[in-house]
Amino acid sequence: MTEVLLFRGARLEGGEAADLLIEDGVIAEVGTGLTRAGATVIDADGLVALPGLVDLHTHLREPGYEASETILTGSRAAAAGGYTAVFAMPNTSPVADTAGVVEQELALGEAAGYVTVQPIGAVTVGQKGERLAELGAMADSRARVRVFSDDGFCVWDPLIMRRALEYVKAFDGVIAQHAQDPRLTEGAQMNEGSVSAELGLAGWPAVAEESIIARDVLLAEHVGSRLHVCHLSTAGSVDIIRWAKKRGVNVTAEVTPHHLLLTDELARGYDARFKVNPPLRREEDVLAVREGLADGTIDIVATDHAPHPSEAKACEWQAAANGMVGLESALRVVQQAMVDTGLIVWADVARIMSRTPARIGRLADHGTPLSEGHAASVTFYDAAPVRAFSTDDLAGRSLNSPYIGRELPGEVRWTLHRGRPTVVDGLVLDTPGVRA
Amino acid sequence: MRHLLDTKTLAREEALRILDVAEDMADTQRREVKKLPTLRGKTVVNLFFEDSTRTRISFEAAAKRLSADVINFSAKGSSVSKGESLQDTAQTLQAMGADAVVIRHGASGAPRTLATSGWITAGVVNAGDGTHEHPTQALLDAFTIRKRTFGDDSRGRDLAGLRVTIVGDILHSRVARSNVWLLDTLGAEVTLVAPPTLVPQDVSAWPARILFDLDEAISYGPDALMMLRIQLERMGAAYFPTEREYSRRWGLDATRLAALGTGSMVMHPGPMNRGLEISADAADSPRSTVLEQVTNGVSVRMAVLYLLLAGTTDERGEL
Repeated sequence: MTEVLLFRGARLEGGEAADLLIEDGVIAEVGTGLTRAGATVIDADGLVALPGLVDLHTHLREPGYEASETILTGSRAAAAGGYTAVFAMPNTSPVADTAGVVEQELALGEAAGYVTVQPIGAVTVGQKGERLAELGAMADSRARVRVFSDDGFCVWDPLIMRRALEYVKAFDGVIAQHAQDPRLTEGAQMNEGSVSAELGLAGWPAVAEESIIARDVLLAEHVGSRLHVCHLSTAGSVDIIRWAKKRGVNVTAEVTPHHLLLTDELARGYDARFKVNPPLRREEDVLAVREGLADGTIDIVATDHAPHPSEAKACEWQAAANGMVGLESALRVVQQAMVDTGLIVWADVARIMSRTPARIGRLADHGTPLSEGHAASVTFYDAAPVRAFSTDDLAGRSLNSPYIGRELPGEVRWTLHRGRPTVVDGLVLDTPGVRA
Repeated sequence: MRHLLDTKTLAREEALRILDVAEDMADTQRREVKKLPTLRGKTVVNLFFEDSTRTRISFEAAAKRLSADVINFSAKGSSVSKGESLQDTAQTLQAMGADAVVIRHGASGAPRTLATSGWITAGVVNAGDGTHEHPTQALLDAFTIRKRTFGDDSRGRDLAGLRVTIVGDILHSRVARSNVWLLDTLGAEVTLVAPPTLVPQDVSAWPARILFDLDEAISYGPDALMMLRIQLERMGAAYFPTEREYSRRWGLDATRLAALGTGSMVMHPGPMNRGLEISADAADSPRSTVLEQVTNGVSVRMAVLYLLLAGTTDERGEL
């Protein structure tokens, strides 16, 4: 029997203050002045209550790259950041392109118990872009895969992309595309522009992303399929998605926290913590993706949490791995870039970081309203403090965060996954649901 | 001076100091005994991750003429995937007691990573990093232009008003980048001439005029025309159609040499592709500074090592 929790005075999605009674994994009652004999009462006065965050784009590295992250450590990082569900990208070893691998990931996620780990299946065998993986088998497996992606690689062949978009209609799936023309980005190291020209680093041009997105929205329109665009990063990409949505194309788009905050100027010191794919872009791109997120052109924020061991970053820029960890910092970055700037309110945060990602991924019992009878996956967030982000804030296995030393607002105080606490008073529990 | 990593952040006073000390060094090199005791007991490591015999022996000669001990460390193709990491190499050199590390590396920014990582305490000199910078080359080029123009009256002078035109693969050239920044700092007017495919996509922040036509550039009568080596492997990547076409449009042939004013100097960082970017006529003409550049390279590198290892420093440890 799990304990009964009564949170007093939390602002639901940043609005009215209310009490939340959590019992048997669900929100049993919402109201003011609630009492309940035997309940543990938690003062949540002033905290923002959000439906548990859902990350549509996480790299958990297991199986195969356990030196960077495991499903357990990545789940802890997720909980620390206020997440209650993460979608695990398939670029593991072996690649998650069969029912066996996705079911193993699902089982490891359940065993870890911090968050719902929902595997994403590869679109093509080995993510090689040559022939479709057994998408139906993954969809029918116990992991119930609905999102398919070759993330890390673009499904570049237009015919394979068309077939994938068509095929997943059979089970209401979606193709999440990593939009990057491989020919236009051979050896690319950073955004192509004024800074790359000075630093002598091979450029990753915006057009390599935009041309693939333009092609894919036209393909999705043509075959009447559902398309999701991963980590959109340029002003031009926002324009293309806006145009496609106006035409009625069934497309959704995500942006990462780092593309909402950081620019390619950070490459100047050749500190590989800032090396990521797609690369950090110009300030005008950052402003454009913020605007696109605020006006609904971009549907969600997803972390692209990409852990790497220190040796993959403490080296020459060119030799360093792409990627940044992001689960623990995402909500704080979104607060700084979007909420504190007045572009969106907390109810929008609930939409872009919980409700819509759950809906795109067809994940039941997540992103549900903070009302009676719904699963008690809830994040309690204190927006008031401002602190320098540090390695103490990281709960996963890797330390490659671009925010270390940077002032960020906010703190996740409590995370509940299906009624079980995973974060209590800002600390990740050693065992989910078991408080010291 | 703690490190010499680039010319982008090199102040005018620092650059002039290096050039003036190089004048002093050049004077000593006219003596019968060229060796100075200045850096006796200091250890200079030439850490070359890329082959470059010319640059390495120039640094080696510079260090030896200042009586430093020189260790040549050739570590081709090092990376996490291929073997020893830059960190391990650097820490090895630190343990051996290197006072200065002269690094040539195929990755842009590797010298900065080395200097800022905390792996070593030695001063770092960038001897060419990827397609980023090659600061001592730009310094020896500036020295050569100044010497040709002002002769014995060079000390203390900058290059104000002089027009320098650089021709070739700007996109991949660390020599071009270092020259653009340094020449601008010293007051020269810089023109870059290249096939449009070999100009970086956004050079709006560069203090240089961009032209695609070499004949037009020559018609403006530059004081110095610097021809860059063209890498033939660029053809495979479709930067230009053929060697012949490149040579015809952007090579310094006899006709263009004749069109160039007699007062203009012809420069090349070497090694030259004779008959491709530069004709034998141009390379061997009295206007060519190619061999002076080599000679001056030693003096400039002596100056850099001297200022790094024996130079006066203020409390900030700066030059």
